[in-house]
Amino acid sequence: MEAFKETLLSSFIVFENQLNGQKKSELHKLRQKAFEAFEKYGFPTRKDEDWKYTNLKPIIKHDYKIFHPKEQKLQLDEARKYFLSETDTYRIVFVDGYYASWLSLTTHHQYDICTFSALINRYPEIADEYVGKLINHGDSFTALNTAFAREGAYIFVPDNKIVDKPIEILHFTTPHALPAFQQPRSLLVLGKNSRATVIERHISLSANPVFTNSATEVFLHTGAILDHYKIQTDHYEASLIDNTVYQLQGYSVLNLTTASLGGKFVRNNPIVKLIESMAEAHLWGLTKIDSSELADHHTSIEHIAPHCQSNELYKGIFGGRSTGIFNGKVYVAPHAQKTNAFQQNNNIVLSDKATVNTKPQLEIFANDVKCSHGCTVGQMDENAMFYLRQRGIAADKARALLLLAFAGEIVDKIQLPELRQYVKRIFNQKNHIDFDFDL
Amino acid sequence: MLKIKNLHVSVDDTPILKGISLEIKKGEIHAIMGPNGSGKSTLSNVIAGKEDYQITQGTIEFEGKDLLELSAEERAHLGIFLSFQYPVEIPGVSVTNFIKTAINENRKAKGLEPMPAKELLKLIRERMELLNMDKSFLSRSLNEGFSGGEKKRNEIFQLSMLQPKLAILDETDSGLDIDALRIVAKGVNTLRTPENAFLIITHYQRLLEYIVPDFVHVLYNGKIVKTGSKDLALALEEKGYDWIKEEVAI
Ligand SMILES: Nc1ncnc2c1ncn2[C@@H]1O[C@H](COP(=O)(O)OP(=O)(O)OP(=O)(O)O)[C@@H](O)[C@H]1O
Ligand SMILES: [Mg+2]
Repeated sequence: MEAFKETLLSSFIVFENQLNGQKKSELHKLRQKAFEAFEKYGFPTRKDEDWKYTNLKPIIKHDYKIFHPKEQKLQLDEARKYFLSETDTYRIVFVDGYYASWLSLTTHHQYDICTFSALINRYPEIADEYVGKLINHGDSFTALNTAFAREGAYIFVPDNKIVDKPIEILHFTTPHALPAFQQPRSLLVLGKNSRATVIERHISLSANPVFTNSATEVFLHTGAILDHYKIQTDHYEASLIDNTVYQLQGYSVLNLTTASLGGKFVRNNPIVKLIESMAEAHLWGLTKIDSSELADHHTSIEHIAPHCQSNELYKGIFGGRSTGIFNGKVYVAPHAQKTNAFQQNNNIVLSDKATVNTKPQLEIFANDVKCSHGCTVGQMDENAMFYLRQRGIAADKARALLLLAFAGEIVDKIQLPELRQYVKRIFNQKNHIDFDFDL
Repeated sequence: MLKIKNLHVSVDDTPILKGISLEIKKGEIHAIMGPNGSGKSTLSNVIAGKEDYQITQGTIEFEGKDLLELSAEERAHLGIFLSFQYPVEIPGVSVTNFIKTAINENRKAKGLEPMPAKELLKLIRERMELLNMDKSFLSRSLNEGFSGGEKKRNEIFQLSMLQPKLAILDETDSGLDIDALRIVAKGVNTLRTPENAFLIITHYQRLLEYIVPDFVHVLYNGKIVKTGSKDLALALEEKGYDWIKEEVAI
């Protein structure tokens, strides 16, 4: 058994003992159950179909430190570099797994934009109603997260409220002498006809390995709209597993944009459950990685109710010895007629050492549905390159221009101008080019 | 200006150009005609620096410089422009941003500052007027969804913006309606100076009525088999290529 798993197993008892006062709560029972599940399943291996192309070994080989001292190590001046600067936002900031009040801007006024621990302490009945209701304990990482669930973001928007500013959720890990493990746990509840924009980032400031196992449950009640941005531009020693489960009621809309532009190992598992008619989910993904980075998008769309729409467009650019994985599962239940499900995954491979595995996984049990899927893996278009170079545009700039154009379809989906510019800038930096215009 | 000597080019070990010699002096207009597959586009691509061709023999010089040593963009910086037979569609890059990037990259190569936005816009406006182009093109993705004729006109627009020394027009007239042909020809004639030169590849002598060539060459099976005045184009239009093929066979 991995040393890391042993550490986790032995730490659970310590962790539990710290949680005096919560022992009788629903959450406590949930943690117990989740822990047992993790104990039973352990970490997945490449024998598991869902992890066939995603080698976890280099990540779980470290014996991570699980508990970190609560120190106010990170100063505002340092943290600020990672905030949106021109956009007024709410902020929920964590440092080494603890809530950092001095870096945050939260509210309880019209809506709750605060922390998971506040949810547990102040609103136990909401916690009982929502926490653990979407998460599947059959997955070892979500089970592990639930077992240790303690801190993360909590957002509750009551019916008919529109959150007036975007919400930034930032998880910092400060420099550590040892490899560090983080497990943020978050809950987002959007009431009927409410609306919110959420930006999520994980930022490692450590030169040592950092491994984050994040889990989030998101409830969109009737008519709610969520714009969710996951901006993954972390350090090359940082790894992330992100499990986010969305439940969409009638007429609700999810817009999820995932930009995976860096990090040693990034695995995204968005699970979208369309449980009532007329719900819509749009998933956009942009991956641009190099060296030996890995980015894996395992999406799962469950059309449980009829008359729902899902739309997935993931684009990836892979250089160096990087590895890209896209697995798009679309399940359509027997009575989910009139489902409209679209899926597309397009990839450009820039080097012969980079690999891409892409696979649609359709499980369609209804007959009156429109489902389409497609994937491409190609190289730079040499004719387009020649065309640009013939006009005097140097090869590296021509390549960057074509890549930015390829990515543009996703980048343009980012509604917040400052965030869009930021993603573009990081993207161009990865191509070592700066353009003096907007495409 | 351009000196091609005994050029032999193969693709995947199949010889395509088999000993081409051609000299173009500044101020001249040369036309190349020839049946499909004779190697006209290959010759233009090789001059412009497209990779994937094997140059097995011969030399190409441009203003005394060995072109074969240079990349496509370096050749462009020297003032070589190719109007593509099949312009490439580039979704996501607008015509304006493309032309702006191209102009400034060319200026950078000459050690010049980027062209001020105002000046650029003025030049764009002038050129679009010259070519009767609609402003709406500027914000569209480069060549994406352009009709055949629109693509060709857009090539000439770029030519007029970049003002090269040597412009190679690879079947720019194919796909143009009569009015567009006249407009394109007018554009080319306006850009003509004693300092620049044109190499015009065409199947039809109609364009050559508007842009009168100093020389007409016939390219057949990878070789220039005949060179004449503009009357040669007329003869070809009337009689086709059979008589040339027969001459070559003898
Ligand atoms: N990349 C390539 N791979 C294989 N064959 C090629 C390639 N490029 C050109 N050829 C071949 O070389 C020959 C000359 O082609 P080229 O395009 O130069 O002809 P062309 O004279 O321009 O013809 P057209 O009048 O039809 O435009 C053709 O037989 C063509 O099939
Ligand atoms: Mg041709």
